[in-house]
Amino acid sequence: MMHHENRGELHGITVVMTGISGKTYMGRFHEETPRGVAMRDLGVHDPAVSEHDLATWVGRARKFGVPVEHRMLLVPADEVGVCVRLAEWAPV
Amino acid sequence: MPYHPMMIQPMRDEVTRLGVKELTTVAEVDAVFGDHHGTALVFVNSVCGCAAGMARPALAKAMQHAVKPDVSYTVFAGGDVDATARARSYFSDFQPSSPCFMLIKDGEMAQMIHRHEIEGRNADMVAGALIAAFDAHCGVTA
Repeated sequence: MMHHENRGELHGITVVMTGISGKTYMGRFHEETPRGVAMRDLGVHDPAVSEHDLATWVGRARKFGVPVEHRMLLVPADEVGVCVRLAEWAPV
Repeated sequence: MPYHPMMIQPMRDEVTRLGVKELTTVAEVDAVFGDHHGTALVFVNSVCGCAAGMARPALAKAMQHAVKPDVSYTVFAGGDVDATARARSYFSDFQPSSPCFMLIKDGEMAQMIHRHEIEGRNADMVAGALIAAFDAHCGVTA
């Protein structure tokens, strides 16, 4: 088993994080630091440019897997909003 | 870069001792995926304890169920990189995920249990999902 340092209960979990900007980040939660939340293997939904609405985008990820656009990304602390497990995400 | 073989061997053994056949080369993958009929389970094994640590015990529990796929295979992401990529290439609509379970019926993806459906759940819950998939896709059809 890979040994993970104590990075919190969401470490390694696939999450959907709402950004203050309106973007949504979906991927594996790595760790939260004062600078923000580091995520791995993630996709980003931007309502201004994305092909699908948010519910469709998440629904497709549930069926086909997370569309990886970035191997790692730090979501800045002032962008971090609500974060839930992908398995538990529901449209607002 | 693959993990050191000695490090991952116990994780391989945990699966192969269930009777699941390991595919370690592209040729082995092609031999079984190229023209497959019936049902097959492919377990994409991985090192990460966040999810694979539950997936392997879940597989062990599910394999005791009365209804099972005709055959079961495993590839090791982070171990047999080329074989894993080849197995995934047969189902390119689906994003790479490890660990995960792919349930294949007559060469088509019948159901995929992704990493996000494994992580954070205990082995019984994951086994339940696997068994439900077995019942849905591997049962006797009229």
